[in-house]
Amino acid sequence: MVKKIYLHLIFLSFFLIKEAFAAESGGMPQLNPEFWVSQIFWLVLTFGIMYLVLSKLILPKISNNLESRKSQILENIEAAEKQREDSETKLKEYDQIILKSKTEANSMFNQAREKAIKDINAKRDVLDKQIDEEISKAEEEIQALRDTAPDKINKIAIDTSSELLQKLIGAEVNNSSISAIVDDLSRRNGDKYYGN
Amino acid sequence: MAANPMSQFDVYRIGPEIKVGAFDISFTNASLFMIISTVSILLIFNLGSKKNSILPNKIQLLAELSYTFVSKMISDTAGSKAKPYFAFIFSLFMFVLFCNMFGMIPYTFTVTSHIIVTFVLAAFIFIGVTVIGFIKHGFGYLKLFVPSGVPAVLLPLIVVIEIISYLSRPISLSVRLFANMMAGHTMMKVFGGFVISLGIVGGWLPLSFSVALTGLEILVAFLQAYVFAILTCIYLNDALNLHH
Repeated sequence: MVKKIYLHLIFLSFFLIKEAFAAESGGMPQLNPEFWVSQIFWLVLTFGIMYLVLSKLILPKISNNLESRKSQILENIEAAEKQREDSETKLKEYDQIILKSKTEANSMFNQAREKAIKDINAKRDVLDKQIDEEISKAEEEIQALRDTAPDKINKIAIDTSSELLQKLIGAEVNNSSISAIVDDLSRRNGDKYYGN
Repeated sequence: MAANPMSQFDVYRIGPEIKVGAFDISFTNASLFMIISTVSILLIFNLGSKKNSILPNKIQLLAELSYTFVSKMISDTAGSKAKPYFAFIFSLFMFVLFCNMFGMIPYTFTVTSHIIVTFVLAAFIFIGVTVIGFIKHGFGYLKLFVPSGVPAVLLPLIVVIEIISYLSRPISLSVRLFANMMAGHTMMKVFGGFVISLGIVGGWLPLSFSVALTGLEILVAFLQAYVFAILTCIYLNDALNLHH
């Protein structure tokens, strides 16, 4: 039912349109030549002015803008590339400097070590010599003391014995006879007291 | 009430009647919309070309994208020789596009829905292209009508067909644009009329059609401007680089 009404209405509106067409005197207004000249005139005028302004003023500016942007972007890219290259070379230089300083430091360290070792060796040699000298001196002194010790002991023994005898027997005893006895004793017991 | 779907194409005088000799060049609604279109084109592209920043703003981007779009269209279809005609084709494309698009706004007038406007444009293009062809190639331009590799028997027929097709260029170019614009706008008006006559009960269907048609018509408005410009490029290509 609704559909039928719908179709009916559509038909009706077509009919109305047809009616309106029939009422119109000229049909298509496009084919009415009344304003053709006016339209041509205004079209030529507006389009002509627009064409002139666009081609002389605006389009060259746009093309210029595009070109300058393109070139600027290219320039910027180039500059960035250059800077990157620069930084790369600088990095290489820096690496080289570091490498160089490292080897330098190494060699310096080695030199210092060698020098220190040399110094130490020299000083040790000197000290060794001194010690040796002192040892030999001390040994000499000891030897001398050892050499002189039996005689002194003998003398002490002789003096002590003569004083002892004097106190015991009260008579003067000949020192030479005592020394002969002490000599004899010390020769006999020398090994016992002095070892070597 | 304007129930007639054709009444939207009526041209009427705005202001006094201006006559130059026998010719009536009064200011009409058509003239008004030509001026509106050209002024908006000039405004937009003037704004879009004023500043030159590395990062373009919206209007600059619009201007530059249109520029590269038309420039690419020309170089693709007519080659590098068509460079001097860039400004004309750009103006043509923009003029037709803006006239079409302004026509999509309700209660406006569509300049390009009038055969006389499109025909003047097409005739100018046709004459211009023909003149360019004869300047570039002399009478050798007539070789355009003699395709190579055609058997001698068929040649007279082919030449006649080629000449007819060449001469019909301005007609096809102008009628295509005018008919598309007129048909689309008439159809929208008819469907709009249905919405009113069917009322709240049945008006929804034509209303949805109307919405869809609006989208379609915007597409057509762009497409017809594009077709108009690209056909001009193709004709120009024939005149500049004689392929036949």
